[in-house]
Amino acid sequence: MATILGRATEIGGVSRAARRSYSWVREIPLVPLLLVTVLVLVAVLAPVLAPHSHLDPVKPTPGQCQAKYGMADCPYVDNMPPFWFSQGTFATPLGTDYLGRDLLSRLMYGARISLVVALTGTLFAGAIGTLLGVLAGYMGKWWDQIIMRVTDAWLTLPSLVFAILLSSVRGPGLWNIVLILALVFWSRYSRAVRGEVLALREREFVRLAEINGVGKLKIIRRHLIPNVMNTVMVLFSLQVGVAVIIEASLSFLGVGVPPPEPSWGLMMAQERESLMQGKWWLAVFPGICITMLVLSANMLGDWLRVRLDPQLRNR
Amino acid sequence: MRKYVLLRGFYSLVTLWLLVTIIFAMVRLTGDPVAMKGEIGADATYLERIKHDWGLDQPVYWQYTGFIGNLLKGDFGHSFEKSLPVRDIYFERLPNSLKLGFAAFVISLALGVPFGMLSALKVNTWWDNAGKMIALLGLSMPGFFVGLVLIIIFGVQLGWLPVLGKGSSAFVWSNPATWAPFWFRDWPHLAMPAFALGWYFSGAMLRITRSGMLDVLGSDYIKLVRLKGVPERMVVAKHALKNSLIPVLTFAGLNLLIMVNVAVVIEVIFNWPGVGQLLYDGLSNRDFPMVQGVVLMSGLMIVMLNFVIDVLYGYVDPRIRLSR
Repeated sequence: MATILGRATEIGGVSRAARRSYSWVREIPLVPLLLVTVLVLVAVLAPVLAPHSHLDPVKPTPGQCQAKYGMADCPYVDNMPPFWFSQGTFATPLGTDYLGRDLLSRLMYGARISLVVALTGTLFAGAIGTLLGVLAGYMGKWWDQIIMRVTDAWLTLPSLVFAILLSSVRGPGLWNIVLILALVFWSRYSRAVRGEVLALREREFVRLAEINGVGKLKIIRRHLIPNVMNTVMVLFSLQVGVAVIIEASLSFLGVGVPPPEPSWGLMMAQERESLMQGKWWLAVFPGICITMLVLSANMLGDWLRVRLDPQLRNR
Repeated sequence: MRKYVLLRGFYSLVTLWLLVTIIFAMVRLTGDPVAMKGEIGADATYLERIKHDWGLDQPVYWQYTGFIGNLLKGDFGHSFEKSLPVRDIYFERLPNSLKLGFAAFVISLALGVPFGMLSALKVNTWWDNAGKMIALLGLSMPGFFVGLVLIIIFGVQLGWLPVLGKGSSAFVWSNPATWAPFWFRDWPHLAMPAFALGWYFSGAMLRITRSGMLDVLGSDYIKLVRLKGVPERMVVAKHALKNSLIPVLTFAGLNLLIMVNVAVVIEVIFNWPGVGQLLYDGLSNRDFPMVQGVVLMSGLMIVMLNFVIDVLYGYVDPRIRLSR
């Protein structure tokens, strides 16, 4: 054993164990990571990067007004095409929407809304679900019965239907969506975490801690929660994508983020009219943004799942 | 077997009761059923009257018993806007939703199962990567985006398919003559919404087929069949396929019902008069009893289907029947 280790150290310069612990760096899927980084950067730096305001119409040049309305002055020019069309300009690279607002700026601020809503919503859901799952799995008996029955009943309804019901009593609003996402998605965590805790409870380190008289709260905090974090992280990354789609769907239906704010789902809903007139770009760009965000979240989630669960390597 | 069915039935009833209670509680804890009415800036007396009509001014326990009592009588509330029982409206729309659901279901199977099998048979090759990518795209592209893209291409640019509505054929419960033709007419209207809806589920189908097939291909009896010298084509077609489709089919059964229920956005885009659009109508008409009634009906149908699947499972597989 010693010779093997020694040789490995000689050959590699670093010990094999140390090298192995860094090997995951090479396996990180670069494409989704890059996409997520770009989207997060755009969301954070939206006020700096956005060429125009996301709420007010772009002030058009006299030439544009002349072309559109035959007047030298006008408040805004709506439905301008992207720059590669003959009427498009580089001032508004992706064109303007039905109120003359710059589409690119709105998409940038939209990234903010999608990320904030999906991340905080899933985070709250994860916190509630993990806690209840650990309680159900570790305390057993009535805790388990009650929490798991409620979880099962909660899981029965499709998440979108449940979200619509809650939004009908909550009304539109950004933080309302966060609340709704947390309330809809916690049950997915508690189910998975409980299963994990049931197995952990029988393990020796938990048993020994119990024999040593460690309190239940401390066992949960020190031994159980750190050990279920893998599962929770995988679920979290996979749920973020679903949360983005739910937020977009609710906004599309008019009960999500309220109108002046540029939610991607809402932008798609507002441009259905112009879509019928052949102005496809207004609805397609937000759709591409949603797809990119969800796709990269799912890819990272899949990678994490495989990475944290070696049994799934070949799946 | 009878004991198993009774036990599952009891569990389903408990789940249903909990679900109904959760809906009752969440609606009152997180918000206000008249919140949508309040937004218009209606005066207080108007809101008070609605509250009185919906029984919201009574004590909570009284509201709760009334709510459960009505459900036991089969009363899922009255639509405020249409002043009709929600149950009647729901069943009137259900055939449209089922038609869309079935078509989407067939599309998701037709896309998911062959690609999933191919992906599993040629694991870790170019085919497999393509299959994984399709599954990922299926799960990442929201159905309503696929729907809009389809409208742009086939509805607006090419003009091949009708964009809105379900066509002229209708399913009328009181007229049996309309029952059969309804399913076989107006398929051009069906094509785009069904594809948009089936798209999302085909990704999930692909993954399940693939992992089911991988499980079966790695099992001992397949190794034995191969050792016997059975040609590879026969191994797959005769021995592996059947067993790998079991998880696909159980998942598919539930999927069909979920499709019927989550088609809201697709139905809104294509103006498809199904159950999902009732939810949207309820939202836009500020008609809370309608939204709640439709959600309750969905919950009831899903719990019932879960029960049927459980019983079938127990019937097919004695291990499940005896273990619980």
